[in-house]
Amino acid sequence: MVSVALPILIPLVAGALSLAFWQSQIAQRWIAVIGTGLLLASTVYLLLQVQHEGFVVMHMGDWQGPFGIVLVADVLGAIMAVLAGITGFAVAIYSLGSMGDGHERFGYYPLLHLLLAGVCGAFLTGDIFNLYVWVEVLLVASFGLLILGGERAQMEGAIKYVALNLVSSLLLLTGVGLVYGMAGTLNMADLAYKFSQVEDTGMITVVAMLFLVSFAIKAAAFPLFFWLPASYHTPPVAVSALFAGLLTKVGVYALFRVFTLLFTQDVGLTHTIILWGAGFTMLTGVLGAAAQFEFRRILSFHIVSQIGYMIMGLALYTPLALIGGVFYIMHHIIVKANLFLVSGVAYILRGSYELKQLGGLYKSSPVLAMLFLVPAMSLAGMPPLSGFFAKFIIVRAAIEAESYWIVGVALLVGLLTLFSMVKIWTEAFWKPTPEGVAIIELPGMRRAMLYGPIMGMALMTLVIGLYAQPIYDLAEQSATQLMDPSLYIEAVLGDPASGLSPSERLIHDAAQAGEAAAGNGAAINGAAGNGMEGEAP
Amino acid sequence: MMLAAVISGFLVGGVAPWVIRYLGDSRGSLALAALPALLFVYFASFVSSVAGGETARMVTPWAPGLDLMLSFYVDGLSLSFALLISGIGTFIVIYAGSYLHDHPQLGRFYIYLLGFMASMLGLVLADNIITLFVFWELTSLTSFLLIGFNHEQEKSRKLAVQAMLVTVAGGLAMLAGLIMMAVVTGTFELSEMMAEPDVLKAHAHYTIITILILVGAFSKSAQAPLHFWLPNAMEAPTPVSAYLHSSTMVKAGVYLMARMHPGLGGTDFWIITLSLFGGVTMFLGVFLAIQQTEIKKVLAYSTVMALGTLTMLIGIGTDGALIAASVFLLAHAFYKAALFLIAGIIDHEAGTKDITKMGGLRHSMPITAAAATVAGFSLAGIPPFFGFLAKEMLLEATLDADLLALVLTLLAVGAGALVVAVAGIVVIRPFYGAKVETPKKPHEAPMAMLVGPLVLGLFGIGFGLMPGLAERTLVGATAAAMAGEPVDVTLYLWHGFNLALLLSVIAVAAGIFLFLNWNRVRARLEGVKAFSESYGPEAGYWRGLDLLNWVAFWQTRILQNGYMRYYLITIVMTMVVLTLYAMVTRATPQLATTLTGVQIYELAIALIIVLAAVFLGWTHSRLAAVASLGIVGFGVALVYVLFSAPDLGITQVLVETLTVLLLVLVLFRLPEFLDLSSNAVRLRDLGIGLLVGGTMTLLLLMIGDVQYFEPISWYFVENSYPIAQGRNIVNVILVDFRALDTLGEIYVLALAGIGVYAMIKLRSEDQSKGGPR
Repeated sequence: MVSVALPILIPLVAGALSLAFWQSQIAQRWIAVIGTGLLLASTVYLLLQVQHEGFVVMHMGDWQGPFGIVLVADVLGAIMAVLAGITGFAVAIYSLGSMGDGHERFGYYPLLHLLLAGVCGAFLTGDIFNLYVWVEVLLVASFGLLILGGERAQMEGAIKYVALNLVSSLLLLTGVGLVYGMAGTLNMADLAYKFSQVEDTGMITVVAMLFLVSFAIKAAAFPLFFWLPASYHTPPVAVSALFAGLLTKVGVYALFRVFTLLFTQDVGLTHTIILWGAGFTMLTGVLGAAAQFEFRRILSFHIVSQIGYMIMGLALYTPLALIGGVFYIMHHIIVKANLFLVSGVAYILRGSYELKQLGGLYKSSPVLAMLFLVPAMSLAGMPPLSGFFAKFIIVRAAIEAESYWIVGVALLVGLLTLFSMVKIWTEAFWKPTPEGVAIIELPGMRRAMLYGPIMGMALMTLVIGLYAQPIYDLAEQSATQLMDPSLYIEAVLGDPASGLSPSERLIHDAAQAGEAAAGNGAAINGAAGNGMEGEAP
Repeated sequence: MMLAAVISGFLVGGVAPWVIRYLGDSRGSLALAALPALLFVYFASFVSSVAGGETARMVTPWAPGLDLMLSFYVDGLSLSFALLISGIGTFIVIYAGSYLHDHPQLGRFYIYLLGFMASMLGLVLADNIITLFVFWELTSLTSFLLIGFNHEQEKSRKLAVQAMLVTVAGGLAMLAGLIMMAVVTGTFELSEMMAEPDVLKAHAHYTIITILILVGAFSKSAQAPLHFWLPNAMEAPTPVSAYLHSSTMVKAGVYLMARMHPGLGGTDFWIITLSLFGGVTMFLGVFLAIQQTEIKKVLAYSTVMALGTLTMLIGIGTDGALIAASVFLLAHAFYKAALFLIAGIIDHEAGTKDITKMGGLRHSMPITAAAATVAGFSLAGIPPFFGFLAKEMLLEATLDADLLALVLTLLAVGAGALVVAVAGIVVIRPFYGAKVETPKKPHEAPMAMLVGPLVLGLFGIGFGLMPGLAERTLVGATAAAMAGEPVDVTLYLWHGFNLALLLSVIAVAAGIFLFLNWNRVRARLEGVKAFSESYGPEAGYWRGLDLLNWVAFWQTRILQNGYMRYYLITIVMTMVVLTLYAMVTRATPQLATTLTGVQIYELAIALIIVLAAVFLGWTHSRLAAVASLGIVGFGVALVYVLFSAPDLGITQVLVETLTVLLLVLVLFRLPEFLDLSSNAVRLRDLGIGLLVGGTMTLLLLMIGDVQYFEPISWYFVENSYPIAQGRNIVNVILVDFRALDTLGEIYVLALAGIGVYAMIKLRSEDQSKGGPR
């Protein structure tokens, strides 16, 4: 089913085309809009297909999994792809109105497309090594975007960003290697099946720690988040918005994927660690934000804090908690990317990100003020916006799981988030414009390119809140799939035993036949037949 | 229909700026006032059936998966509130059009005001606790936007934030309590929860649930020690103070307690907590009121008193107390909203809020004076006004209380005396006595501002003279809703000569005495005021904010310290700790330690690699470091070759050669080598290095022999030639079996190329254009 490959192919092709038109900014701008637009369309199509037909699986090069690479879209993967599409499209349009000339001439758009390709690849691959490859693609693309412009602050941030992320990649690669050593396969469905057949799972849990640390670095969880606040406030704001929406979420997605599919042998240990990590992530992130007085730095620390809520959903590991986690991801990506976009407009209008230098926006730009208020209050969990429902589900799940301390943390952090958002509101919007700050007017066309995406995303925030049920249904579908790995295994491999070697296969089939015979007294031929029986090497 | 009624405020509010723009301030506000007026009529249509003991429930699904229903429940309690909200709202909307005439942001004001009204209606009518919470928080949000209406003043901003943080903090505690209630009872609908009162009271979590709910209610209804935000909320324009912060929003907490009373009330814990907090708040509020000289502050503190009274009455919980609460609720709404509106008139027409700077205003504004006098008598509890009835019933309720009767009665009498003084301060002092020069020459207010106080004053007299009116309508139904069962109600203005009347007379006499000596009393209390300002709960709030900032800075300096080395240490140590912990507690140790089969040349290579690595850390020469790094790399390449992976070996050799060459090229451009690390730091780094390396080694040794399944590589061996047509299996894997990986890696290379090119080119262009940045 090619639809699962499109969200990767479209940005790859768009990126290559943009490179081909290196000299023409106009062409690159058109490709940016059309490419991300098509990406969004393809992801929406994929999500609808997954919703109605179940898993969409594609065996790349027609090599059957687990031998070749498979792309797999379950509801979670498809949701993530749609979110990547939305963010990419919004940021592309916003970039038209905000990106500097130099950036456009030196590869901004190709990097943008390829970043999206990496992100979508990570969301849709069913192969653990291939996941590593996509993570590399997006890491290098994001590094390129981060240093584009070459300002001193950017360099400093980028070095921390790339060094710490390389540690993450290294751990991931080590983990992948060890997993292959143990199970002899890289296909995630095959791994899940094989791990489920192992009795003494101690070593699997040990290796899970490597994955945990690696993805937690990517997700910017405590105490591994340093790269994020060090770098996110340095590049052009469209890039910040893209990063804020998508990069950490790849880490979160990967945690959701491997800690529901592969590493569920010792939930008491792994998910408890995640829960503590979630609590500290929420708290340290929000306190970090309280200590900031720069628009984008505040927002950056809040990313960290919000990651805590998402992985809290994973950590509690009940159906409702997973629903909450997925709901939170959907809400967060839209809201957080949007807040960065708003900060960019404030920057254009007042020439600064420092709260001290900002002011008077409520009086002079009431529309912008409302467009800030919606995502900001949503982030703080104010009803009836999207963030409230996300928080409500998670808190309810925690209360039902009787993890009361994390409930306390989650609610306290909600209050502190409100504190931060209100700080921005009173300083940047309510406060009179400081003396000596020049007020800049926006020309109409540019205004439309900047406000369009912001309005669209603010509207989504409202709609998610007012029509929460369809979003809840989506999250519920994804949680159902996550809680039952056999669905994933079945969808990818058909017969879970297909990844066994011929000799193992014989033993397996014999055991199956024996069971069946013992069970209903009839000999059943357990061999599903892929033409391999009896051909032991 | 009910849903439309509730949310109509949001919709009409949304177009309010355009209504104001096209119809003008005065006509526009009259047009907008039609909405609350219509709503009042709509709610009034329920009165006869509800007074007859019926209830109604309307449900629209919102997000059923979340158990979230737009369910509304009409009984005496919710209907009383709905009528107050829409009725008083009508006058407020009219009044504001005049009060904020020509204000450039009047349109935005109406968005918030009507939005607030809708939220408040939703709050009191909601049956689903999540819906209730949604509207609860919306009232906090709209209140925030209204308190900060004069947003260019720093004080307004700060106090708006204060009100929001206090009420939202309480709201979040309440949310936890509400969800726990739902978990215990298995339903999210209040009417179903309250129908089985014993489920909650008998549950192990009863106390914690009650505390959480009460924290929410107390914060919203300004119970001591969380009362301080309410007087500060007087920064809002006066119509807002009259509406939100005296007659409606601040009563949301009271409403919640009344609503929960059947399910949570009646236990000793409930009775003692509510009576004490309520009683203390009642006394404290009015005690603080007489220390103020700004008219809105005096009124605000007396509102605190009223909220305390209501809380106390709900706490006492006897039928008499609940009826008293219902009566007091109405009486207070009438006179307090009127007094606030009058305070706004004085401010608007005479130009001051300071009571000591006014006097004799009755000459220039006789109608206002009349309305003020009526409201003032009701506040003081003088017959035949409705307030008198409320006060008599209050005293009877405290005398009959099951627990703490003496304490509560004393508090009530004290508060009763002080409130008489307050009435004098806010009515007699400004309107009677000698004329005092005011900043503006005072004149009578326009009709739009007078209609509210007049009508509300008439209600105060009417209900007082004809208590049967209140009785027949909603007091009984309201009390019944609080009690959870039908209550016998007969209201008389005259209760005969009894202890309550005696206490009441004493209180009035004491109050008059206090009022006459107000200046001296105030001077005496200066010390108390100063003390409470530096050590009271509000000082606690500001100190809490400072503490929060301090903690935030402190932890952020430690965590996000800017030093890459600490970031790296933290990350690798996290990995080490988690991995080692899992190894020790989870894995059965079986190290692959047999050295049989290890060849001597393999050992030699290993030794060379180790020695080179040690030297790398040791040397002070960059060139030597690069060289030894090269040795490590080539050593690894040899290992690859020895273990039959020649292609990997070749790749490794190429990469190493390039790396060493590049490093050597870079070396020439670097400044002189400086030794900046102390020995202790080097030792620490050595330790960490050994720990990380050791952990990895241990991991590999433990896992080396663990192979649960045969690798799938047999498939590649078998099919590489027959199906994929290639003899070199590694090549076939790269370009066919796993071609997607290779595609990704190709893009990685392209990306790296763009990145480096852009970094160098864009920067050099900038420098040639604009010099260094």
